[in-house]
Amino acid sequence: MTAVTAEKTETATIETKGWEPKIIAFCCQYCAYSAADMAGSMRLQYPTDVEIVLIPCTGRFDVILALRAFEKGADGVYVAGCLEGNCHFLDGNIRAKKRVNFLKGELAGVGFEPERVEMFNLSASQGPRFAEIANGFTEKIRELGPRPGKKI
Amino acid sequence: MIIAERKPLDEIKSFVKGLRRVLVVGCRGCVTVCNAGGTKEVELLASLLRLDASKDDLPLTVDEFTLERQCDPEYVDELSDLMDKRYDAVLSMACSIGPQFLSRRYPEERVFPALNTCFLGGALAHGIWAEHCQACGNCVIHLFGGLCPISRCSKSLLNGPCGGSAGGKCEVSKEIDCVWHLIVEKITREGRMEEFSRMDLVKDWRSSRDGGPRKIVRQELLK
Repeated sequence: MTAVTAEKTETATIETKGWEPKIIAFCCQYCAYSAADMAGSMRLQYPTDVEIVLIPCTGRFDVILALRAFEKGADGVYVAGCLEGNCHFLDGNIRAKKRVNFLKGELAGVGFEPERVEMFNLSASQGPRFAEIANGFTEKIRELGPRPGKKI
Repeated sequence: MIIAERKPLDEIKSFVKGLRRVLVVGCRGCVTVCNAGGTKEVELLASLLRLDASKDDLPLTVDEFTLERQCDPEYVDELSDLMDKRYDAVLSMACSIGPQFLSRRYPEERVFPALNTCFLGGALAHGIWAEHCQACGNCVIHLFGGLCPISRCSKSLLNGPCGGSAGGKCEVSKEIDCVWHLIVEKITREGRMEEFSRMDLVKDWRSSRDGGPRKIVRQELLK
């Protein structure tokens, strides 16, 4: 078991040499996007691998947006919306959560790790939480490696 | 409308295995309304197939096109320019009528159904569809309080309810309302039980599937 893991790690290292994860974060303008601003104002560090896409509400998030991101080279995608119960449009974040769960199933169907897509909830005042999410998700994608089939 | 749902991804992947050029064709009719085969679903399936192929480093090209309807020859004709590109396979995301019309119009192409055609029904809520008609060709729902016992009773009984009805539910599944329970409730509420009990109905099934595949010809519409 140990040998297999070591071999796998070695292969992953060779394959991913020079690879930096590319992560797309769909952020709601009412919470996560403002939290990102706050993280910046607070001079909190988070990886430059995370590229933020502003959306008016996570209810705008659609599965195809994430799939297009993967097709264009993203290694991970996450959706960051308001805390449950605090959506500016009542239930946009609940709908987004369902779509993210649906997407996990679809990705698994084509051999992608479902963890490459996640949903997070935070408020506009949670700058540190935004940085924590960006760091944590980037770390997880680093562990998973490039998205299956990605040319490096 | 016709309610359909996408086939399991593995089955669709098996259709295109080893192929290089695939066209996914959607339909803006019923399957768009039931979120199974419209423009959006075509985009989703095509993207998934591309990602699957790229994962295995396979040279698969997946094109997308959505027709107004796949069950009318004039719309199916719109694909003729695209078909000149010679695809290895065409995946139709319409009800099963779509792939049949595509196969007939483009006999050289290999056409696969990407959807399973499920039933004739309506949306109870967004994301929930239920069967409401069996296309028997001789509608009698007015005799049953506007409810169809043929499609909505598990046994298609015309003289229900049967002994399997309990608490308004069918014995087949607690998810299924006993339509005969609903019919009796409705008839009672309308105060027509006496008239309803006197009914001596013999259903004419000749218009149903018993006579083989059906066809309607309307002379006044023919060219």
